[in-house]
Amino acid sequence: MIYLQLFFVYLQIGAFAFGGGYAAMPLIQSLVVEGKGWLTMAEFADLTTIAEMTPGPIAVNSATFVGQKMAGLPGAVICTLGCILPSLIIVLILAYLYTKFSNLDIVKKVLGQMRPAVVAMIASAGMGILLMGLFGTSVFAKIQFSSLRLIELCVFIVCFILLRCKKAGPIQIIFLSAVVGTILYCVL
Amino acid sequence: MEKKISYGKLFIEMLKISTFTFGGGFVIIGMMQKKFCDELHWVSDEEVLDMTAIAQSAPGALAVNSAIIFGYRMGGIKGVLVSTLATILPPIVIISVICNIYDAFSTNKIIQIALQVMRAGVAAVIMDVVLGMGEKVFETKDWINVCLMIAAFIASWIFKVSSITLILLFLCLGVARYFIERKRVQA
Repeated sequence: MIYLQLFFVYLQIGAFAFGGGYAAMPLIQSLVVEGKGWLTMAEFADLTTIAEMTPGPIAVNSATFVGQKMAGLPGAVICTLGCILPSLIIVLILAYLYTKFSNLDIVKKVLGQMRPAVVAMIASAGMGILLMGLFGTSVFAKIQFSSLRLIELCVFIVCFILLRCKKAGPIQIIFLSAVVGTILYCVL
Repeated sequence: MEKKISYGKLFIEMLKISTFTFGGGFVIIGMMQKKFCDELHWVSDEEVLDMTAIAQSAPGALAVNSAIIFGYRMGGIKGVLVSTLATILPPIVIISVICNIYDAFSTNKIIQIALQVMRAGVAAVIMDVVLGMGEKVFETKDWINVCLMIAAFIASWIFKVSSITLILLFLCLGVARYFIERKRVQA
């Protein structure tokens, strides 16, 4: 029964991929590529490329990709459900506890302490994307000033000013950056 | 905490965020912060950070986890269903289409350029969110926290310390500081 197999493999990926994003990749590789043989290594590489080129979490993207390939649209839906089911259960319990106990002194204190860490992690993710955009690498040591991309730099500065000063909507900004940037690349 | 929220609006906004957000879980958080906190006031700044920490400490994709906890906080179980569905629908549709036209898609020059320059826009959005959040940490005038924030940033960015490690570390720190302060009050 392929549907059940798909479901259980993705249930494992959903339950054990801590840390999100690329943390799921080795798990997908060992379960789906090496374990079940549902994808070849070349298809797995394609999947990685697609996941980078499209919105959505890698685990969910791969669930659709593998499910679609093995059992069409129902397969895609079943894999995705398997993948998010552990999240649904665990996060719902945490969300319930958060709502119930967030007024306790100790919970307030601990959550308050975690806030600076969360800001730092978002900042770190942002720096990675910024460097990737401006220099084509997110590794700090590999950055060379000569590889600075001027079009991206201009797009970044304009977007940032629009967001800070004009309170522009983030989706409009992302859309605008893609369209204007592409036009600039094609014209210049 | 019962706020007037519209499930229709929640669905549409999550759908839009999920469709246009390239660059991973933290970008989604930034977009949700801008929409549901800054614009609609369905959640507070502190709640966004609390929920991010909680979403990060569970297994699974950060985008899905945050959709679940934001949905619960804003609209209960119904909110969870609405926001989770809106989050996974776009990837399902997009990947289903793309896996049939993969070669044409991945070698298209225009798409490659667009995806590359778009990073600059995504980075601007995240930086704007980070500045707003960072300012709030500074405003608390808790200088220990400000230093810890900078240390955590360096640990995460330069030394690639994983998010889950940082979260656990700060959790222990929070518990320790709670008991130290309580002792001080009692003394």
